[in-house]
Amino acid sequence: MAYNLKRELNKPERLAGGHRLCAGCGAGIAVRGVLRALEEGDKAVIGNATGCLEVSTFNYPNTAYYDSYIHTAFENAGATLSGVEAAYNVLKKKGKVKETYKFITFGGDGGTYDIGLQSLSGAMERGHDMVYVCYDNEAYMNTGIQRASSTPRFADATTSPAGTEIPGKVQNKKNLTEIMAAHNIPYVAQTTFLGDFRDLHNKAHKAIYTEGPCFLNVLAPCPRGWRYEAADLPEICRLAVDTCVWPLYEIENGVWRLTYEPRRKLPVEEFLSRQGRFRHMFQRGNEWMIRETQDYVDQQWEKLLKKCE
Amino acid sequence: MAIRERMSGNEAVATAMRQINPDVCGAFPITPSTEIPEYFSQFMANGLVDTQFVPVESEHSAMSVCIGASAAGARAVTATSSAGLAYMWELLYVAASSRLPITMAVSNRALTGPISIGNDHSDSMGARDSGWLQIYAENNQEVYDNFIQGILITEATRLPVMICQDGFITSHGVANIELLEDEKVRDFVGEYEPEEYLLNAENPLAVGPYGTAPYYMEVKRAQAQAMKEAGTAILDVARRFEELSGRSYGFIEEYRMEDAEMAVVAIGSSAGTGKAAVDQLREEGVKAGLVKVRVFRPFPAKELAEALGKVKAAAIMDKAESFSGCGGPMFAETRSALYDLEQRPALVNYIYGLGGRDVTVDHFFHVFRDLEEICSGGEVGEVYRYIGVRDGGAEK
Repeated sequence: MAYNLKRELNKPERLAGGHRLCAGCGAGIAVRGVLRALEEGDKAVIGNATGCLEVSTFNYPNTAYYDSYIHTAFENAGATLSGVEAAYNVLKKKGKVKETYKFITFGGDGGTYDIGLQSLSGAMERGHDMVYVCYDNEAYMNTGIQRASSTPRFADATTSPAGTEIPGKVQNKKNLTEIMAAHNIPYVAQTTFLGDFRDLHNKAHKAIYTEGPCFLNVLAPCPRGWRYEAADLPEICRLAVDTCVWPLYEIENGVWRLTYEPRRKLPVEEFLSRQGRFRHMFQRGNEWMIRETQDYVDQQWEKLLKKCE
Repeated sequence: MAIRERMSGNEAVATAMRQINPDVCGAFPITPSTEIPEYFSQFMANGLVDTQFVPVESEHSAMSVCIGASAAGARAVTATSSAGLAYMWELLYVAASSRLPITMAVSNRALTGPISIGNDHSDSMGARDSGWLQIYAENNQEVYDNFIQGILITEATRLPVMICQDGFITSHGVANIELLEDEKVRDFVGEYEPEEYLLNAENPLAVGPYGTAPYYMEVKRAQAQAMKEAGTAILDVARRFEELSGRSYGFIEEYRMEDAEMAVVAIGSSAGTGKAAVDQLREEGVKAGLVKVRVFRPFPAKELAEALGKVKAAAIMDKAESFSGCGGPMFAETRSALYDLEQRPALVNYIYGLGGRDVTVDHFFHVFRDLEEICSGGEVGEVYRYIGVRDGGAEK
C-alpha cells in the first residue's frame, strides 16, 4: 500500500503525549515516526539507552510507552535488547509466547556513536532480529551539550567551546552509518524528518520488517544544543538534507541507494546560519571555517554519490 | 541413583546448567571461568539444551543480555571472573534493583593491579554491596549443588545470585562428585513462571525507570527488605534440596565447634584446608574449630554470633583486601555481628591468599598458634594482620 500520512497518523499512538521532552526536540518525533511503521497488530518491545529520551518518557511512575519497554544503562541498549530478543526466540519456540514481537531500541548519539558503540556492534554482528535507531542530535544533550564523536567540526559545545584560540570542535563528525554498513547487516539507512515523513516511514518499515539486525540513523535536532527556535525544526532538517550535510540514503543487502537528491544543492551557510552553535563561524575573519566545512561536505557527498552509482 | 563422577568445579557448574536447561545464557570468556561457557556451548552444539547462547563481545553485554532476557520472562544464567565481574559492575546494581532473577557462576579471581589470574575473593567481595545474593562453595560438589539451588533462590527472592567458587583451586581441580539425574534436577527447578515480564501480551511492562528523589529510596528500601527476608528462601530451598540429594546446607557450616575454645572463620576452598588443620590439632588435644561461611549475602550475622559466642578467640580470614586500613570485609562484618554479644571473643583478622598465593595447613597452624596465645591471656596486639606474605608483620 502506498504511503499515506493521514492514514498513518490515524493509527493508535504508541508514544503517549505528555512526556517531558522539550518543544522542538527531534527525539520524540523520531520515536513516534519509527513506531508508526509497526503494523497495528504487531507487538513490540522498545529498548532505550540512558539519555534525554529515557529520562523524559519513563519517569517513575509514568511511562509514555504503550508497548513493553526496557532501559538499563547508557552504553548497552544493543546488548539489552539482544537479551530480550534471545528470550523471545526461546519462549516462542517453547510455546510460552504466542504473539509476534518486534524489537526496536533507541539511543542518542552519545549512547550510540560513543559509549554504546561496542554493544551495538556486538548486537549487529550476532545477527539479532532487531532495529537499532540512533536519534542523532550531535552532542551529549542530556548532560548539557558536551561534544561527542557525532558533533560536527566547529560546533560550539560545552566541552568544545568556541574560544579565541580554538574555534569549537576540532574534529569532523564520525560517519556511523558507514560503520554500520561495514557490518554487512541486511539494512542500514540514514534519514530525518522531511515533508510528509515518507522517507523516515519507509525506512523504519523496511528496518522493522527485514529479518536480522538493522540500523537507522535519524538526524534529530535539539533546540537547546543547536540553538534554534522550536518552530524551525522542520526547516533545519530540510536544510541539513538540501545542503547535503545529512544525505538521505540506504544500504540494502550491500546495495547503496540515494533516497533523496536535492534539486539544487544549497551552500552550507544556509544550514549553519540558522543555529547558534555555529554563530562564531560567521564572524569576520572566520570565513575559512565555512569554506572548509563546505569542502568537507562536498567531498563526503561526492564519495557517497560514487557508492550509490 | 546418584551418578558418581569426577570433574572440575567449572565442569560441575556447566553440568548443572545443562541439567537446568536455562532459556538464555550470555557469556564472555575470562580465565578461570571460561570453561563454563565452553562446556555449555558443547552441550548446545550436541543438542542437549534448548538454551539460546548469546556469545557477547564483553561481560558488560553478558550482564545486559541476562537482564534483558530475565526481564523478558526467561531464565537467564552467566559465568564470569575478576575483571569480567568488575566490568559488569554497573549492571549488577541494575539487575538487583530491577528485581530480576539471574544466576551467575563466579570463579573467583584477583582483580587486576597488577594483573593476576590467581584466586582470591576481591572480585565478588568488591560486589558485596550490589544487592546480589552471594553463596560460596568449598569444593566442586558444593558449587554444583549451590548452582542448582541458586536458580530457585533467585526466583523466590527476585534477587540475583552469585554462585562463587575458588578460581583454579576448585574451578580447575578435578575431584569426585555425586551428580543428580537430569530428570531430578529438571523437576527440582521446574518451569520459570514470572508474574510480570516484557513478553506478556496481555499486560505490557516497563522496566528501568528514571527514579527521582521521591521514589528512589523506596526502591532501595524494598531491596533491603528482600535481602533481609532472603534467608527464609535460602533455607527452604536447602531443605528441599536435602530431600533430593541427602546433602544438607545452611548459612554457615560449623566444624568441630561443639566444645571449641578457638575458631577460624573462612570462606571457600580454604575452609577445607582449615578443617585439615583442625583435625590434626584435635588429635593433639587442642580445642580448635572452624566456621565456614557459605552465604555471605545476606550476611549470617545471627548465626555467626551464635557460633562464635562460645569461643575465647577467633581468627577471621579474608581473601580480599578492602583497604579500609583496619581489616578485610569479612572481618569488619563479623566483628560487627558479634558486637551485641555480652561475652565477645577476641577477634583477629588475617588477609591471606591474595592473587593465588598458596594457603597451606601450616598457615592455619600458625593462625591457631596465635589464637592459643590469645586464649592463654597473651596480648592481642594488632588485629589486622597478613599471613603468607614476605613483609607482612604476622609472618615470623
